Amino acid sequence: MSNSQPRLLEIRKNVLKQNDVIARALRERFHAQGTFVVSLVSSPGTGKTAFLESTLRSLRQRFRVAALVGDLATDNDAARLARSQAPVKQITTGTLCHLEAAMVQNSLEGWDVGELDFLFIENVGNLVCPSSYDLGENLRLVLLSVTEGEDKPLKYPTIFNSADVAVITKMDLAAAVEFDEAAVMANIHAVRPGMQVFKVSAKTGAGMDGYLHFLAQRRAELRSVVAVQS
Amino acid sequence: MKAVSGMHELSIAMSIVQMAEEEATQRNVRVSAVHLKLGMLSGVVKEALLFSYGIACDGTLLQGSQLLIEEIPVEVFCDTCQGNRKLASMQWFACPDCGTATPMVVHGKELEVTALEIQ
Repeated sequence: MSNSQPRLLEIRKNVLKQNDVIARALRERFHAQGTFVVSLVSSPGTGKTAFLESTLRSLRQRFRVAALVGDLATDNDAARLARSQAPVKQITTGTLCHLEAAMVQNSLEGWDVGELDFLFIENVGNLVCPSSYDLGENLRLVLLSVTEGEDKPLKYPTIFNSADVAVITKMDLAAAVEFDEAAVMANIHAVRPGMQVFKVSAKTGAGMDGYLHFLAQRRAELRSVVAVQS
Repeated sequence: MKAVSGMHELSIAMSIVQMAEEEATQRNVRVSAVHLKLGMLSGVVKEALLFSYGIACDGTLLQGSQLLIEEIPVEVFCDTCQGNRKLASMQWFACPDCGTATPMVVHGKELEVTALEIQ
């Protein structure tokens, strides 16, 4: 500080430090417990909830799974997800457009959900605000449905850059809406070269096996890292 | 207040104000401006943040202070050129010199208070 100009105080502080500190603590805690955490972001209406319900139904046959679901006002999504028989908890954000790590931390407190293999966090439907906030997840999925514009990745490069994997949903409607798959793939890879993309239909189940296998594999990889470290 | 409550820029503005207030109190100074580095890939919109900042300052020690934003362009690492390159477009993550596609972001995610102007 001594070499700073008079009246100008250099401080260098990350504005989201508080969130990042909590997210890091969450990630360490999940890591130690062997829980693989997956978050989902998308626009409203992409089919996050149907996709997650299908995911929970399938995975719970082999794994201990649970979900946290962020929503502005209602608990409709949590009620729908509960049909999968997996433990589900609602985070009502009020007017807040995104989830923050502290909300995840608070929701986990007092939630007697036991040891988990997978925890899913469904973010509020929004392609802008959630991108800045680390939730302590191991994998962030960005969802895009065939009924949305093929140029969506170009309009929201930030969220595609903050995510690890893209999932194209409602593939059963692809022909009906004349979905241009090549254009979407090109647009995703323009803003995020090399990004892995899964094409699924939660309704028919098409493509779900490959994606579920990928999740199980990623979890196993993380577990083997834990084993080596300990 | 209601019109902006759905923007995450307001909560970010409030964090900035809180951070600056803590420094001001600790050092017993008045803060007239806050310098911020804002990456183009931070997910924060400059105009919305400036608007929110005024609201967040209301009734605090930072009231009347300025937020000075330095926008940081997206810079990627090009494997072919073996160096950092500024993106020509946010819609095309490729080296502007040789065209090699690259997902390796080096700069552009910054959201950092770098300095305070004090009196």
